[in-house]
Amino acid sequence: MGDPVAAVAALDEETAEEALKLVEVDYEAMPALMSIDEALQRPDARIHDYGPRGNVHKEVSFDFGDVEAGFAEADHVREDTFFFEGNTHLPMEQHAAVGSRGPDGKLTVWSSTQTPHYVHRALAKVLEMPAAHIRVIACPNGGGFGGKSDPFSHEIVVAKLSMKAGRPVKVTLSREEVFYCHRGRHPVAMWVKTGLKKDGTITAMHFRSVLDGGAYGSYGVASLYYTGALQTVTYRIPRYKFEGVRVFTNKPPCGPKRGHGTPQPRYALECHVDKFCHDLGLDPVRWRIENALSPGAITANQMQVRTIGLRECLERVVERSGFSSKRGRLGAGRGVGLAASAYISGAGLPIYWNAMPHSGVQIKVDRGGGVAVFCGSTDIGQGSDSVLAYVVAEELGILPEDIRVMTADTDLTPVDLGSYSSRVTLMTGNAALQAARRVREPIFAAAARKLGVPVDRLRAASRRIFDADEPSRSLSFAEAVVLAESEFGTLGSVGSYTPPRSIARWKGAGVGPTPTYSYSACVVELSADRETGIVRVDKVWIAHDVGRSINPLLVIGQVEGSVYMGLGEVLMEEQAFRKGRHKIPSMLDYKSPTTLEMPPVESILVETLDPEGPYGAKECGQGPLLPVIPAVANALFDALGVRIDEVPITPEKVVAALEGRLRGPRMPALTYPQTVVVPPLAPGAPAAPPAPAASPGGSR
Amino acid sequence: MLRLPPFRYVAPRTAGEAARILAGHGPEAMAVAGGTDLFPNMKRRQFTPRLLVGLRNLEGASGVQANGGLTVGALATLSAVAASPVVTARWPAVARSAGLVSSPPLRNAGTMGGNLCVDTRCNYYNQSESWRASIGYCMKKDGEVCLVAPGSDKCWALSSSDTAPVMIALGAEVTLVGPSGERRIAVSDLYGPDGIAYLTKRPEEVLTAIHVPDRSGWATTYRKVRRRGSIDFPVLGVAVAVRRGASRQVEEARIVLGAVHTAPVEAADAEEFLRGRPLDPETIEMAAGIAYKPAKPLDNADLAYAWRKRMARIEVARALREVAGLPTGDLPAIAS
Ligand SMILES: Cc1cc2nc3c(=O)[nH]c(=O)nc-3n(C[C@H](O)[C@H](O)[C@H](O)COP(=O)(O)OP(=O)(O)OC[C@H]3O[C@@H](n4cnc5c(N)ncnc54)[C@H](O)[C@@H]3O)c2cc1C
Ligand code: SF4
Repeated sequence: MGDPVAAVAALDEETAEEALKLVEVDYEAMPALMSIDEALQRPDARIHDYGPRGNVHKEVSFDFGDVEAGFAEADHVREDTFFFEGNTHLPMEQHAAVGSRGPDGKLTVWSSTQTPHYVHRALAKVLEMPAAHIRVIACPNGGGFGGKSDPFSHEIVVAKLSMKAGRPVKVTLSREEVFYCHRGRHPVAMWVKTGLKKDGTITAMHFRSVLDGGAYGSYGVASLYYTGALQTVTYRIPRYKFEGVRVFTNKPPCGPKRGHGTPQPRYALECHVDKFCHDLGLDPVRWRIENALSPGAITANQMQVRTIGLRECLERVVERSGFSSKRGRLGAGRGVGLAASAYISGAGLPIYWNAMPHSGVQIKVDRGGGVAVFCGSTDIGQGSDSVLAYVVAEELGILPEDIRVMTADTDLTPVDLGSYSSRVTLMTGNAALQAARRVREPIFAAAARKLGVPVDRLRAASRRIFDADEPSRSLSFAEAVVLAESEFGTLGSVGSYTPPRSIARWKGAGVGPTPTYSYSACVVELSADRETGIVRVDKVWIAHDVGRSINPLLVIGQVEGSVYMGLGEVLMEEQAFRKGRHKIPSMLDYKSPTTLEMPPVESILVETLDPEGPYGAKECGQGPLLPVIPAVANALFDALGVRIDEVPITPEKVVAALEGRLRGPRMPALTYPQTVVVPPLAPGAPAAPPAPAASPGGSR
Repeated sequence: MLRLPPFRYVAPRTAGEAARILAGHGPEAMAVAGGTDLFPNMKRRQFTPRLLVGLRNLEGASGVQANGGLTVGALATLSAVAASPVVTARWPAVARSAGLVSSPPLRNAGTMGGNLCVDTRCNYYNQSESWRASIGYCMKKDGEVCLVAPGSDKCWALSSSDTAPVMIALGAEVTLVGPSGERRIAVSDLYGPDGIAYLTKRPEEVLTAIHVPDRSGWATTYRKVRRRGSIDFPVLGVAVAVRRGASRQVEEARIVLGAVHTAPVEAADAEEFLRGRPLDPETIEMAAGIAYKPAKPLDNADLAYAWRKRMARIEVARALREVAGLPTGDLPAIAS
């Protein structure tokens, strides 16, 4: 239920709806496979005719180091099973698209998409039209969170129908249809086994995840890899094995939602850490700090850590919240929990293989001193347009309000891959930095000549270019532009960014590498009602290693928004189904917290000045969601002494756990594929990444 | 986007005229007050009236008057009642229940009369036309069977009004105006036998006023359980009114549960049990153990139904402790 089958365009919606009722569809009834177990039990009822077998979409198994040997060395081995229910993005704005073919025969599609470039490619392919005759414009977007990353049926429908009808065609999804488009958080069953020495040193970790992918692939192969990729980039894990399977079911397709495939394993991992610390009598703060990776670390699965603010995040959040003095001492029904996490600042590889930049920026300088910045990036409310303006203004010594930013238009702006994988500030920021420095060159050259000062003594700020040694020798930016244009001709530049090549040398290592990882640590304080099972989060402290905070207001907005989303996922949100249908496809019945359910949040920004980021910046849009979920679960254990190994943690589960009748999650019965044993990196492999495209630090 | 079906709108000035228009058009016409319940249902095609009879212009139907008793005009908004000083002071449970309905914007539009008449709810029924079509509809609208209880010959959609349990616990009455005269009935008699015929009011009758008797000397409260305090319908409402004598023994008790049945449920056995007893912790536990029995939650609302049933016992106990001045057992408020 909910899959688009046919489309009708009419002069008004009433007529279109009447016409839709006249469409007759013959369906061949198939069993509705609504869970991983059902899909595995009916390999004969295949949902798609691809994938290795039955309803398995994709399966992987990698062994990095001999985990069995690691378990044999261990003093303590612990196994846990977890389940994370699926949930959806719930953007305020429903998806919408308009298609229109102009008199020149060219097609324009306006859409609320996060990825105009990928929509552009998909339209060219599906419509069998030259890409050069299609223009995709991503409109200012009322929230995405990953839910507007796939090219969608309605985008193709408006294109096709507008070409047939010879008039513009618009589709706006109903809220219910947004629930069916979905591409949200995968339900994942997880099992983790860790071997430890008495002192808490990990000897090996084995992680399994089984994903309920819903009815289509979406970015599900990447989602699957992500459920195994980032366990290793926080703490020292010398040997690591990952097995994962994604299964098709007849539910709305799952895909990327904020944190893409990593919140589920992070929840499992951080609860598991607290459990083994409990087993071994270790302090969960000390264990995390002592086992945190160091800068430059290379993990068992060949991920390269650059700067890492994990320890500082942990120390500061623990200190600010008073975690250590509160844990176990808040009294009946109250507790604190801690968790930490890591996330990518942009994926190392694009969605389709190519050797071109991930982000491009063009700059045009106006004789009046104004500057236009063109970039394919898409502002979905996170402030990416502002970041472009800040970077260019900083480099040229003008003010952000002097800059006009034009984004997300495939005809007018150079390609940026899109607003996903927390890539935009880092990648477009670096591209903008390069373009701005290039366009500054002729301007500085002309200014230097005019002022009689060597170029390297020039600085730019407050719309003036001046001699650093003798600041009164100066001219305005606009004057310098006129001089430069007189001397060199029309002023403009381009800049681009491509992430450094990953050091990983195994097939499947495309998921996980990034220019640099962000880190977060979170403490949750909560009260739990023993009688009703109701959990109330009283306060959240969260520290995030953002590398460099270019605009703290925007960063804190992302951090608080992540906390909000994490709290919704851990306490109430679920894509629930019944009788083959979404049970609650409405904003009233799908429960997600509102501002009134939000506890106070204290955000702590940690700066590690990453050499790969523009001015040292890393991501902040997704990572801070990750630790919130396990921190709540860990706090509940502190409050009530029960473990809920299944998200969401609802009142009925808490009551059942207190009464000892909560059935814990179990793994689906299936066989994992033959393991690929990945040899360690050859000694002397390039430990240091290639030089970044742009070095940090701006003009002073 | 979901759009309203086309309709005509009239707004008469008197209830009698409204009733005559409604009678004249039969099932084609419906009354609308704030529209906060009816319009979403029209968008999803639970109702497709050709004619809407707006009640907003009814003269003298939106005031709040207190003499000995309280008279609330049916068109008084929930916000107005929740904020009314006299209601807050003398009928605090009424103010509290009105103030706990949905969210501020909806309380500014939603009315007291509309709240008593609010449609019963079920998550097989509160769905779009296409969703309901896909499952073959249900007995309450366009279908044959009940999808929650397929063996049942009646509809189990839940009475979801927040104010109704309070009004019943306080012994309130309503005035109903028909085409040829008016009548006054107890709110407890306003509700029908199942989730479809959920009102005994005839379709053309207009509810004009709610009359709440003087309840000085009673201790009253209303407690509501829902997932989000910001907007949700109740999955449980508990209204309690208790009058105690000089010896602190209960002389009279009313306990009414909302959102656990097709109509508000009076816990008569528990009321009887309490009579003549002190409101001490043990008695309260025993009374709550009796009171929650008639709750019949099914899997057609938010949260697990077994948990909702369990909550009825807990919340009755807490409500009784609240009126007895004992610690309720709620999570303490946090100082932030
Ligand atoms: C998101 C959301 C959350 C909500 N949460 C709650 C909640 O928590 N608790 C709750 O109780 N309700 C809730 N409601 C329902 C509704 O908002 C309230 O019940 C409100 O009081 C209804 O009043 P109204 O005037 O808007 O009714 P309307 O929508 O105008 O009418 C509702 C019904 O009553 C009939 N009617 C109205 N007035 C009269 C009258 N004077 N005489 C005869 N018939 C009449 C109408 O014909 C219609 O059938 C919610 C609604 C929404 C959309
Ligand atoms: S209780 Fe049964 S008949 Fe009534 S609305 Fe729900 S499914 Fe329909």
